[in-house]
Amino acid sequence: MASLMLSLGSTSLLPREINKDKLKLGTSASNPFLKAKSFSRVTMTVAVKPSRFEGITMAPPDPILGVSEAFKADTNGMKLNLGVGAYRTEELQPYVLNVVKKAENLMLERGDNKEYLPIEGLAAFNKATAELLFGAGHPVIKEQRVATIQGLSGTGSLRLAAALIERYFPGAKVVISSPTWGNHKNIFNDAKVPWSEYRYYDPKTIGLDFEGMIADIKEAPEGSFILLHGCAHNPTGIDPTPEQWVKIADVIQEKNHIPFFDVAYQGFASGSLDEDAASVRLFAERGMEFFVAQSYSKNLGLYAERIGAINVVCSSADAATRVKSQLKRIARPMYSNPPVHGARIVANVVGDVTMFSEWKAEMEMMAGRIKTVRQELYDSLVSKDKSGKDWSFILKQIGMFSFTGLNKAQSDNMTDKWHVYMTKDGRISLAGLSLAKCEYLADAIIDSYHNALLYWETPIEL
Amino acid sequence: MNSILSSVLPAPEDPVLSVIFACRDDPSPVKLNLSAGTYRTEEGKPLVLDVVRRAEQQLANDLSRDKEYLPLNGLPEFNKLSTKLILGDDSPALKENRVVTTQCLSGTGSLRVGAEFLATHNKESVIFVPNPTWGNHPRIFTLAGLSVQYFRYYDPKSRGLDFKGMLEDLGAAPPGAIVVLQACAHNPTGVDPTFEQWEKIRRLVRSKSLLPFFDSAYQGFASGSLDADAQAVRMFVADGGECLIAQSYAKNMGLYGERIGSLTIVCTSEDVAKKVENQVLLVVRPMYLTPPIHGASIVATILKNSDMYNDWTIELKGMADRIISMRQQLYAALEARGTPGDWSHIIKHIGMFTFTGLSEEQVRLMAKEYHIYMTYDGRISMASLSSKTVPQLADAIHAVVTRIA
Repeated sequence: MASLMLSLGSTSLLPREINKDKLKLGTSASNPFLKAKSFSRVTMTVAVKPSRFEGITMAPPDPILGVSEAFKADTNGMKLNLGVGAYRTEELQPYVLNVVKKAENLMLERGDNKEYLPIEGLAAFNKATAELLFGAGHPVIKEQRVATIQGLSGTGSLRLAAALIERYFPGAKVVISSPTWGNHKNIFNDAKVPWSEYRYYDPKTIGLDFEGMIADIKEAPEGSFILLHGCAHNPTGIDPTPEQWVKIADVIQEKNHIPFFDVAYQGFASGSLDEDAASVRLFAERGMEFFVAQSYSKNLGLYAERIGAINVVCSSADAATRVKSQLKRIARPMYSNPPVHGARIVANVVGDVTMFSEWKAEMEMMAGRIKTVRQELYDSLVSKDKSGKDWSFILKQIGMFSFTGLNKAQSDNMTDKWHVYMTKDGRISLAGLSLAKCEYLADAIIDSYHNALLYWETPIEL
Repeated sequence: MNSILSSVLPAPEDPVLSVIFACRDDPSPVKLNLSAGTYRTEEGKPLVLDVVRRAEQQLANDLSRDKEYLPLNGLPEFNKLSTKLILGDDSPALKENRVVTTQCLSGTGSLRVGAEFLATHNKESVIFVPNPTWGNHPRIFTLAGLSVQYFRYYDPKSRGLDFKGMLEDLGAAPPGAIVVLQACAHNPTGVDPTFEQWEKIRRLVRSKSLLPFFDSAYQGFASGSLDADAQAVRMFVADGGECLIAQSYAKNMGLYGERIGSLTIVCTSEDVAKKVENQVLLVVRPMYLTPPIHGASIVATILKNSDMYNDWTIELKGMADRIISMRQQLYAALEARGTPGDWSHIIKHIGMFTFTGLSEEQVRLMAKEYHIYMTYDGRISMASLSSKTVPQLADAIHAVVTRIA
């Protein structure tokens, strides 16, 4: 069967004649169904009409998946995959946290059943996730003002929120950073929520265009949803400073906008759960109503278990109850109730003092490795590049990703000449970089930055 | 403070859930919940299959496993095995590479992804569902952007299939309309077409160019035989036409909370299948990106290991047999009491559920005075009964039927 890879393969739109020889219908030898029952005569209709799906076209390939596929196909021994956003060890292997294995063994020993969760998910998980985000005992939790629903990791949680926005804030726009995670636009498009962008990345400084960001947020129609990355901005790695966050909160409050946080890296960015939640907590302090989508894909390495949550901080417990009921109403016809396994893992880890400490240590280790690799890459760049270019943006950025400032031609050079796979927007995943490879990567970046345009310029025809 | 959320109204109560809550809040020590569609043992306990535990242990012992993202369409091994299970190992459609399978979140997720795909790519957006059908069907299809209509299905007089009405309504459907067919163990009635009726349905569906969308939530769980319960689906696939199939492993593998199922789209050619697969991924990506791995790994482990597969079929038959036994016991108990009315439908029906035929008034009395809870349409879950509780149920039915005509 066709591989998963979204290839630009055959796009024939002409109806094709069905090869009747291939169908081989209805002989009792080949059809097990006919063996089961015997009866005198069965007339099988041969389908000769063209498919009702004949006119479907192939969708464009997913840019990020394409990177991984191309990497796999590359036979060069120096190749480096800096495309995908999953943590790798120094040996560039996937990593299952020890505390996760512990939790799973515990669950097996206990012999937990597999009954349906309630639509809103595992209660112990919902409690734990809200407490991790806001801090246990926070007023919004004490006053029962947070509506928390377990969701299918970050994507699923964002989708539930988007559907709620579409239903209850008709016409309201979501304003997203330029650039942002590729799937954000897909989610809002699919939920039929209009969106626009606020300036964020400044290619000149390879930093934050703070004035542009504030101006664009100010200009958005009152009551817009402002999508903010809680920490470790994807794809740039550029986060506002604490002082900048205060100003962002000011302008959002001024315009009666609704903050909408995407928190996919709590604990994974700085290594500290509390530090990485500072932006969210700042907004909670202001008494604002806002949305927060969470994911445990990276910080607990539970990528494939699809575990996250949508939290809606409301002004009253009554509002939270109503919002929760409506979120459930959106989830029920989508998948009925969420998967239990990942939720139990999180609840077990957070609920046990020892495992919680172990988790924090493993998270510090992962974040630490990334910080170390950033430093090593920076040191290599500075020692090898004699042009005097300022590479310090690498150290100022945070989290799994880094915007290198390389343009498309330069990124192509990284791949074509150096077998370094990254996305064309210049994003590299530091989680996929080992200390051992930092020098090689530095060479590649320096060459691509300075020479790529020379290599790939089209010669003038005389 | 003026809340931005003041326009958010409380959602209406889900009818099944409100019954469950009412039962939960009932202090009676003899209360009986017959409303929920989850299997219970003779001791009234939830069941995790032995073979499932073994599979989980095997997975936990395999230190080479990781938790990396699955492909958008799920665990490839699971997809292959799941399709073979419903279509049969030697299905021509499989051999001809014209089958697209996508791991989804159990039956609901498979139906929703399929419906969203159809809403975009099927010319006709009308979808016919049986009257009555599973309560979540209309919501799933409506939210996906399809327009729900009903075809006659249940005949309250005979407590059987209104076959004539069904054929008439499907015969009047616009060409290209989608038709939801429950593959076996119809929920909520327990009434399935006979083999001969299925053949007539197939011919009509094909002659009207209707698109069948099978909901297969009980394969193996209805009759005890995986092949027998797939007959209707295989009959349609054998004629070479297109169809969609939503499969669930919630009941037949007891994996309710793991949310494991698959959406299969049988196309007319390999070419079309490639394009269809590509477009289905576009539905999944903005919904939840990739599906959860745990349930898929359990199912794949069991299906690919012939010993485990055999053990599974034995446990599966055990569950199906226990339910059939409850049907027989309940029928015998009502007969023994001389309860007025014809109760033979209880043993004619198949699967987890049965429409008792009780009216809403009678159902409410059952709850209020006899502490027995079922949904207001009179549906009971046979899987929730035991030999000990059958007499209690029979007594209560007898009482309400004689008190309220």
